[in-house]
Amino acid sequence: MKKLVSILLTAAFVATMAIGMCACSKSEDDGDKLIKVGIINNDPNESGYRTANDNDMKATFTKENGYDASFAYSLKNEEQIAAAQKFIQDEVDYLLISAAGTSGWDSVLKDAKDAGIKVILFDRTIDADESLYEASIVSDMAKEGETAVDWLASQNLSEYNVIHIQGVMGSSAQIGRSGALDAKVAAEDNWNIVTQQTAEWNAENAQQIVQAVIDSGESFNVIYAENDDMAKGAVQALDKANISHGVGKDVIVIGFDCNKWALEELLAGNWNYDGQCNPFQASYIDDIIKNGAKQKVVIMEEKGFDATTITQDDVDKYGI
Amino acid sequence: MSTSQKDLKLKKRSFSAFLGNMVRQQLFIPVAALLILVLFNLIMDPSFFKIELGHNSAGDPVLSGYLITIIDYASELAILAIGMTLVTSASGGQDISVGAAMAIAGSVVLRVLCGNNPRPEHMQTSIIVAFLIAVLVSMCFGAFNGMLVAFFKIQPMVATLILYTAGRSIAAWINKNKLPVISDPSFGYFGNSIPGIPLPTPIFIAVICMIIIAVVLKFTNLRLYSQSVGINSSSSRLNGINPQMVKFLTFVILGVCVAVAGFIKVSRLSTINYSVIAKDIEMDAILAVALGGNSLGGGKFNMKASIIGAYVIQFLTTTLTKFKVNSTAIPAYKAVVVIILVVLSAPIVREKMGTLRKKLARSKGNVGKEVA
Repeated sequence: MKKLVSILLTAAFVATMAIGMCACSKSEDDGDKLIKVGIINNDPNESGYRTANDNDMKATFTKENGYDASFAYSLKNEEQIAAAQKFIQDEVDYLLISAAGTSGWDSVLKDAKDAGIKVILFDRTIDADESLYEASIVSDMAKEGETAVDWLASQNLSEYNVIHIQGVMGSSAQIGRSGALDAKVAAEDNWNIVTQQTAEWNAENAQQIVQAVIDSGESFNVIYAENDDMAKGAVQALDKANISHGVGKDVIVIGFDCNKWALEELLAGNWNYDGQCNPFQASYIDDIIKNGAKQKVVIMEEKGFDATTITQDDVDKYGI
Repeated sequence: MSTSQKDLKLKKRSFSAFLGNMVRQQLFIPVAALLILVLFNLIMDPSFFKIELGHNSAGDPVLSGYLITIIDYASELAILAIGMTLVTSASGGQDISVGAAMAIAGSVVLRVLCGNNPRPEHMQTSIIVAFLIAVLVSMCFGAFNGMLVAFFKIQPMVATLILYTAGRSIAAWINKNKLPVISDPSFGYFGNSIPGIPLPTPIFIAVICMIIIAVVLKFTNLRLYSQSVGINSSSSRLNGINPQMVKFLTFVILGVCVAVAGFIKVSRLSTINYSVIAKDIEMDAILAVALGGNSLGGGKFNMKASIIGAYVIQFLTTTLTKFKVNSTAIPAYKAVVVIILVVLSAPIVREKMGTLRKKLARSKGNVGKEVA
């Protein structure tokens, strides 16, 4: 009896999963006019960035724009590769991939090439021969960091004592955004790092890191947080200790990603700077599909917002 | 031999017996770990223990200092440790879904407060209603886990793996993938501090939870039942206890703890990030139980030891942050300390140490006789 129940249960789970997978990639056949695209993305719940990215994709690749789009989501590389194989079998025209991991894609991309399917990478690059894909549309994280650090340098403080809160170590966003600051600190005498720790994109860890610095009584005047969540956590700790922050205040707060609520903080003058990490690749991809690729690597335009110049329009347009 | 010498010897013996007793106590390991951390910090930097009364940016008085920070941030962990101890005792396994379940509880709180608009000017309902609904939902998820464990006899770790993988997606789905932010300051009182009271509110919430569980353990048979089910569920069934019901109940109680902890977590920032909120907290909660010297295989438990274990973990985290241990190396340091503590508190090691001590005492006694 027990055995039967457990077998039934297993069967039920397997069935649910199978149905779930089918549901992701099911699409109606609608003649030959539509361009068939298979989109492989990371889980939209991962972050606000991903949610905005997914919404942008869904808004662009519609029937009205001449696309027949199928979506597959996973944070795991193997599952993404399996989804890619499925799309190849389905004979899509284009394969759009935001890869979870950088390696292991060679064979599936060769299959795609043999089948005459064009591959466009977005948001993340992979370690594969350039001939295997049409183009890759990426953010330049190092440039984001440099823009922010240049802005910070333009504030002309007599001394920079920076609390540097890092993202998950080894992620491309962390490497790029940390690299710019590290280089500046090494080059300038009046730039010091008070503490440099990872909060793993987590607001609460960031709060604890800043709290520890405040408790130790060390002085600082810049918080360089590698995403908005962590900047928010840091600000929470400042509020608790009655340390003023924002435009014309004691501590300069820098965040990244341009979440809408973060830009509103900027607008209110509570933060000083927010660097954009552009999630809107769909229009670039659309352009490549319709007009052909002009270069292999397309680096998206990305802005940095200064609290003194940001407007409500910016918040509405660029907030994610 | 003069009387005074005899007295001294007697005293010595009773003192060593007292020490032996102390070491055998289950509370010894977590308390000793806490003392070592305290001593270490005292030697390295006595200002660690400085507590100051300051004001926050709203002008309300707040106490600040490392100690306050530790007690504040350990609150969620201590609350989770209460439920985790009961689950461990009764089912002989651990619930690894508490982090994901906290995300769900937090998401429910925000969903109820925000309604359909993720950025409301005013809260839609009172906070207490939102909290109670979150408790109910969380109890249901606890009941789901409990059902799989108690009635389908699935290994707790495997049964809770389901919610562990699905929980954060469920949490996101509850809020339709939006990131709600509550701007009303009164929502933040529960994770920060209430104006006029200088201590952070989570401390009070944790203390209330501890008092409740102390009262429950004192006046109900929960302790006896869960321990006997954990030690031998078939013999406890023969004695008229329903082991399935007891196991089920412990998971529901853990569900309540999860809801309280999740509520504090979302209140701290007045918002939620589904993928990182309460990340890896399940491991810390299990660790707290293990640090308390409780057998992870079920059976007897010591609630006080688990709770102290939770504070030890936060103490360690804050100490490492304070000494600016290289961010990539923190988990490694933590692991080393944890290995030492867990090995020391493992029942086998304690037994071995006990026999070793006895042997030593005997050989000493023999030497004494020979000399005489």
